[in-house]
Amino acid sequence: MSLLNYFRPKKTTVANQAKERLQIIVAQRRRADDQGNMLSAMEKDILEVIRKYYLNIDPDAISVQLEQNEDDLSVLELNVTLPDDVK
Amino acid sequence: MAQIIVVTSGKGGVGKTTSSAAIGTGLALKGFKTVIIDFDIGLRNLDLIMGVERRVVYDFVNLINGDSNITQTLIKDKRVEGLYILPASQTRDKDALTREGVEKVLNDLSEKFDYIICDSPAGIEQGALMALYFADEAIVVTNPEVSSVRDSDRILGILASKSRRSEQGLEPVKEHLLLTRYNPSRVEKGEMLSVEDVSEILAVKLIGVIPESQAVLKASNIGEPVILDEQSDAGQAYLDTIERLLGNKVDYRFLSEEKKGIFKRLFGG
Ligand SMILES: Nc1ncnc2c1ncn2[C@@H]1O[C@H](COP(=O)(O)OP(=O)(O)OP(=O)(O)O)[C@@H](O)[C@H]1O
Ligand SMILES: [Mg+2]
Repeated sequence: MSLLNYFRPKKTTVANQAKERLQIIVAQRRRADDQGNMLSAMEKDILEVIRKYYLNIDPDAISVQLEQNEDDLSVLELNVTLPDDVK
Repeated sequence: MAQIIVVTSGKGGVGKTTSSAAIGTGLALKGFKTVIIDFDIGLRNLDLIMGVERRVVYDFVNLINGDSNITQTLIKDKRVEGLYILPASQTRDKDALTREGVEKVLNDLSEKFDYIICDSPAGIEQGALMALYFADEAIVVTNPEVSSVRDSDRILGILASKSRRSEQGLEPVKEHLLLTRYNPSRVEKGEMLSVEDVSEILAVKLIGVIPESQAVLKASNIGEPVILDEQSDAGQAYLDTIERLLGNKVDYRFLSEEKKGIFKRLFGG
């Protein structure tokens, strides 16, 4: 770090504001993507388990969703639609 | 087997086609048999930048549909040995690029070439997704500006989850950051994000910094990729980029304002 940097007020440049905003956006995107990837991996595993123990359902018949309703409550929702002829 | 490199960005107008033309030409100058593919269906552009617009007979979609063969469709560059261009189609049908069609063409080209450069359209729709799907490496073209950086980040997310390599659980697409339209004097004034800022935010290894340059406009006007203008700053910056792409270490140039002052000459920059 050069001596000049000590005298330069770092926080106030527009470049620094841009950087801070972008860092937040990028972190959010990564978190959302990680969660999405986790859920689709889970979906795949659950599909396999159902196929192994129960019946050969379609990949579209299954959905896994994670909802953050309030700060202290997340709901993990798993939906499996069974074909009509299974009763 | 060719190495497939996508030149992508999310945001439009950041310099993908300029960079595809320069990088493809640069690889051919190094002796690699290279084809540059224009994936911008409906908005053909690469042919103009390469100066071959009057030699387009068949295009990418013709090739996919079997209306023409590779020899008929590829345009051979007259300046650089081993360099070919595959022009985009001007059709309005956005779904003309099917995954199977693109895969077949890439497989065929892969047997004949060392490098396949895919010039992606802007956005994150079909054309852009097809351009990156089969890539082994990605050059993410970014301008030092907020919306461009955010879009590059989204493209990085797509490369990590929607590419062939990610879907098949192979080794991930190798990502490179190419910063273009860089203006050192504005960075020094704190008006523009710096190279360090952008590479820190995106956390991708830098492969080149291309300065904002008059030479790029001139090159596109005469239809000659800027890398052939070896005297120009942008041309030299692209030549350095090629070296790094090939794994050689090259110092960065054009990162600070050109000061031709007596002090700089006496004491070095
Ligand atoms: N380093 C540079 N210096 C100055 N101008 C540049 C530079 N790089 C690109 N440009 C200019 O920016 C414009 C857009 O460039 P280009 O067509 O390569 O972008 P693109 O990302 O391919 O655009 P699109 O998203 O529309 O395909 C052109 O006018 C080009 O001349
Ligand atoms: Mg373009």
